[in-house]
Amino acid sequence: MSDAVLEIRGLNVDYGLGADAVHAVRDVNLTLHRGEVLGLAGESGSGKSTLAYGMTRLLPPPGVVASGEVLYHRDGGDPVDVLRMDHAQLRAFRWAETAIVFQGAMNSLNPVHRVSTQLTDVIKAHDPRSTTASRLARARELLALVGIAPDRLDSYPHQLSGGMRQRVMIGMALALEPRVVIMDEPTTALDVVVQRQILRQLVDLRERLGFSVVFITHDLSLLVEFSDRIAIMYGGRIVEEAAAADLYRDPLHPYSDGLLHSFPALRGPRRELTGIPGAPPDLRSMPSGCSFHPRCPRAMERCGVEVPVLGVPGDRRGSDRTVACWLHPVQDNRF
Amino acid sequence: MSYLLKRIAFYLFTAWAAITINFFIPRLMPGDPVQALITRARGQMTTDAVQSLYVLFGLDKDESVVEQYFRYLGQLARGDLGMSFTFFPTPVAEVIGDGLPWTVGLVGFTTVLGFLLGTAAGTLVGWRRGSLADLLIPVTTFLSSIPYFWLGLLAIALLTGPDSFFPATGAYDTSLVPGFDLEFIGSVVQHGILPAATILISSMAGWVLSMRNMMVTVASEDYVTVAHAKGLPERRVMVGYAARNALLPNVSGFALSLGFIVGGTLLVEIVFSYPGLGLLLFQAVGAQDYPLMQGIFLVITLSVLLANFLADLAYLALDPRTRREG
Amino acid sequence: MAVITTTEATPVAAPAKRRRLRFVANPKATTGLVLLGAFAVLAVIGPWIAPFDPSERGGDLMQGPSGAHWFGTTHLGQDIFSQVLVGTRSIMFVGFLAGIVATVLSVLVGVTSGYLGGMGGEGLSALSNVFLVIPALPLIIIITSSLPETTDLTIALVIGLTSWAWNARVLRAQTLSLRRRDYVEAARATGESTWRIILFEIMPNLTAVIASGFVGTVIFAVISEITLAFIGVSVSSGWNWGTVLYWAQSQQALAQGAWWWFVPAGLAIALLGTALSLVNFGIDEFVSPRLRGGGRTSVKTVDGRTVRMRVGFTPVLGDGTAREEKP
Ligand SMILES: Nc1ncnc2c1ncn2[C@@H]1O[C@H](COP(=O)(O)OP(=O)(O)O)[C@@H](O)[C@H]1O
Ligand code: SF4
Ligand SMILES: [Mg+2]
Repeated sequence: MSDAVLEIRGLNVDYGLGADAVHAVRDVNLTLHRGEVLGLAGESGSGKSTLAYGMTRLLPPPGVVASGEVLYHRDGGDPVDVLRMDHAQLRAFRWAETAIVFQGAMNSLNPVHRVSTQLTDVIKAHDPRSTTASRLARARELLALVGIAPDRLDSYPHQLSGGMRQRVMIGMALALEPRVVIMDEPTTALDVVVQRQILRQLVDLRERLGFSVVFITHDLSLLVEFSDRIAIMYGGRIVEEAAAADLYRDPLHPYSDGLLHSFPALRGPRRELTGIPGAPPDLRSMPSGCSFHPRCPRAMERCGVEVPVLGVPGDRRGSDRTVACWLHPVQDNRF
Repeated sequence: MSYLLKRIAFYLFTAWAAITINFFIPRLMPGDPVQALITRARGQMTTDAVQSLYVLFGLDKDESVVEQYFRYLGQLARGDLGMSFTFFPTPVAEVIGDGLPWTVGLVGFTTVLGFLLGTAAGTLVGWRRGSLADLLIPVTTFLSSIPYFWLGLLAIALLTGPDSFFPATGAYDTSLVPGFDLEFIGSVVQHGILPAATILISSMAGWVLSMRNMMVTVASEDYVTVAHAKGLPERRVMVGYAARNALLPNVSGFALSLGFIVGGTLLVEIVFSYPGLGLLLFQAVGAQDYPLMQGIFLVITLSVLLANFLADLAYLALDPRTRREG
Repeated sequence: MAVITTTEATPVAAPAKRRRLRFVANPKATTGLVLLGAFAVLAVIGPWIAPFDPSERGGDLMQGPSGAHWFGTTHLGQDIFSQVLVGTRSIMFVGFLAGIVATVLSVLVGVTSGYLGGMGGEGLSALSNVFLVIPALPLIIIITSSLPETTDLTIALVIGLTSWAWNARVLRAQTLSLRRRDYVEAARATGESTWRIILFEIMPNLTAVIASGFVGTVIFAVISEITLAFIGVSVSSGWNWGTVLYWAQSQQALAQGAWWWFVPAGLAIALLGTALSLVNFGIDEFVSPRLRGGGRTSVKTVDGRTVRMRVGFTPVLGDGTAREEKP
C-alpha cells in the first residue's frame, strides 16, 4: 500500500473534564494513505464529527483531546504531531497541509464578506508576500476548478445557492494545495443529484491534484461509491475498517451490515432495506462489553461482558481489514 | 432600495404619530390651562400669541377637533410651536433652537462614542471569555444600574469644587463671547468632560454586556470555526469574522434603544445645568410651561427618529443581506 | 441605564422540572432573587420599622450620619434613613405594577401579532415599533405633568402603558418561530382552537422571555419613577428615593458637602437595579446556556501549560488529567 500521510494513534476526545466528561471518541487508530479517499461512516451521534474536529483541534469548548497522537508526514521530513503544536505552528499548518469542508456548509461562509475576500484572505495569511492581483487570479482559478463562473467572486454568500456555496468551500479548501482534505458530511444538506455531482467532481480533482480525502457521512452507500477504504464508527469507536469493495461485499461487523441495509445503493444488486432497530447508545452510560450488543441481532453471552478489540480477524488471516466483533475474534499472534 | 423606502415610510408614520400624540395630550387636561398661563403671563401676551396657544391646546371652542387638528398641523409646518412662558416673550422654537446644538453635541456625541467604546470592549471581553475580563461583568452590571443623573451628582461632589479643573455647571465660561476661537472651544471642552464622562460610563456598560453576549454566540458559528481552520491570524478572526457579525444585532439594538438612552442622558444636563433640551425640559416642568414641554418632546422625538434612520443606514451598509440583489 | 439584550428566537424545550431547578441553582439568579426579596420585605415593613416620620422636622439640621440618624438629616432635620426606608414601598409598588401592566400588554400585542400574522399582525407590530422609537421618558414626563394629580398609581399606569413595546417585539419574534414548530403545526392540524394552542402550546414556551421582559420593565419603571420625582413632576406624591434626591438637589446638598443626603438613595437604586439585572442574566443564561461563564475554563495541557478553553484551539490534556480507559 502507498505510504501514510496522516496517522491517528490512540486518539481519545471528551466533552467536559474530570468525572463529568463524555467520552465521544475512544481509542481511535486510523491511517490515511497518500492519494486515497478514506470513508468514515456511522449513524448520527457516533462521533464522526468529534473525531474530525478533535484531530484538527477545532473542537469548541467543552471539547478536549484527552490523549493520543495525530502524526502528519511531511514530504521527506520527520512526522509532526498535530496535538503537540503550539498556536502559531498550528495556524501555519492549517489549510496549508490539511483543509476542512464542514458539515454545516450553509453557514461556513461569512455572510458579510464577498466570496473573493474569503478566498483571498487565507492565501494572504499563509503567503503575506503574494500580491493582491495574484491572489485574485488564484481565486478565479479556484472557482473555475469547481465549475463556478468567475463573476461570482463579487457575490455575497446569500446570493449563492446551497450547491454553489458548497463548491466555493471545496474550492477554498484547495486554495493552498493541501495534501489532506477532510470533509464532514459535505453534501448532506443538498439534494441527491447535486450531491453526487459535487462528489464526482471532487474525486476527479483528487485524481488531478493528488490530495487525500477523509470523507465523513452517515450514508454508507455514498462511501461505497466514492471511497477507497471505509472505517465504520459506533459509540465513539472504530468497529470495522476495510477496502470499500470488501466491506460492501462482505461486511463482518453486524453493525456494518445493518448500515448497508439502511440506505439504497445506486449501483450493484439491490439490498433489502431493513435498517437497524433500536437507538444509538447514550455516551454517559455505555453498555458493558461490546457497546452494540443491545441492538445486535447476533449477540452472544460473551458480547455483554468483554469488549472486542479491533484487529485482523482470525478467519480473514493476512487480509488488510480489521474488525471488533466476537463473531470474528482477532487472530492470536502468539501462535 | 425597497428596504430603505419601507423604513422611510415607517419613520414618517411614526413622526405623524408623535405629532398626533402631542396634539391630544393637552386636550386630556382638565380645566383651561391656557387661561392659567395667561394669568401667569400677567397680560403681557399679544392676542396673536393667545390665539396660537388656543390652537395648540385645543380650546378654541368654535372649531371641531378635526379643524383644530389641521390648524395645528399648519402651525407646526410653519415652525410655530407657540410662546414659552419661562422665557417670555421668546417663541418656543427659538428657545429650543438655542438648546438643541448643546444637546446634539453632548448627548449625540457621547451616545455614539459610548456605543463604539462599549462595543469594542465587549468584543474583547466576549472573545477572551473565561479570562480576567469576565470579572468586569459584575462591575459593569452595577454601573449600568446606576441612573445617569446620580453618577453625575457623584462626579460633581467628588471632582468639582473651587480649586478643581472641572466646572460644576454650564457649557462654557459665561465671561467668554461664544465664537470659533481656541479659548471658547477650550472652555466648551473643559465644561463638557464631566457630563460626557458620566454618560459614557453609564451608557457603555450596556453595550459591553450585549456585545459580549453576541460575541459568545457568534464564536460558535461555523464560519468562525472555518476562519480558525484556515489558520487566519487571531485579529482577523476576531475582528473580520466574529465581531463583524456580532456587530449587526448590536447596531439594530442601538437603533431601537436610542429612545431609552436619550431619555436618560437628558437628565445629565439637568444635574450639570448644561444648557440643552434636558435642562429646558426641567425648567419647563418646574414652571408648567406646557408649550415648551411639548415643543421639546416633539423635537426630541424627531431627532431620535432621524438618529434611528442614520442607524438604519449604517446597518444597511454593514449587512449585505439587506441590500437588494444586483 | 436600560440594558437591553436581544434574546431572539432561542430554542426552548426540555424537561421543565430539571430546568427550573437549574435556574434556582444559578448563582446570579439566586443572588438577585435574595436581594429582591429583601427589598420586597422592606417595602412591606419599611413604614412600620422606620424610626421617624419621614416628613417630621427635627432639631438636628443637616447632620451627618450618627447613631440617632443612620443616614443623617435634611435641612429641616428630617431623618433620611426613614425617608429611604419608607420610600421603598412606593418604588416597589410602581416598579411591579408598571411591570405587570406592560407585560400583560406586551403579551397581548406580541403574541397576537406573532400568531395571527397577516394585516392584523403587521399592524400591531408597526404599533409596537412606533412606541419603541418614540423616546419613552420625555413622553412619560409630558403625560404625567399634564395629569391633574400624580399618585403612585397614575405614575405606574402611565409608565406601564408606554413601555410595553420592546417586550412585544421580542415576544412577536419568538411566537413567529414557535408557530412553525412541529407540535404547534400538529395541534393546528388536529383542529385545536387558536386560544388553546396559544395558552397551552405557545405560552409555556415563552415563560422565560416574558419573565425577562417583566424584569427589564421593572428596571425601567423604577428608574422612570425616580426620574420623575427627581425633576419635580411628582414630588407631591409621597416619599420615594427620587423625592429624596429631589430635595437633596434643590437644597444644594452637594455644595454644602451633605453627601449623606444623596448617596444612600442612589446606592439603593443601584442595588435594586443590580438585583433585577442579575435575575435577568440568570434567565438569559438559563435560556441560552452558551452565555454562561463559570465552570472550569482553563485546563493543564500536555506541554505543562495552563490554557483557557477556547474556540479554534482544542486543548490537548496532559498525562495528569488524561482519563483512565476502562478495559
Ligand atoms: N458539547 C457536547 N457536550 C456533550 N456531548 C456532546 C457535545 N457535542 C456532541 N456531543 C456528543 O458526542 C457524540 C458524537 O457527536 P458527533 O461527533 O457530532 O457525531 P456525528 O458527527 O457522528 O453525528 C454525540 O453522542 C453527541 O451527543
Ligand atoms: S461483538 Fe457481539 S454484540 Fe458486538 S457486534 Fe459482534 S456479535 Fe454483535
Ligand atoms: Mg456530524
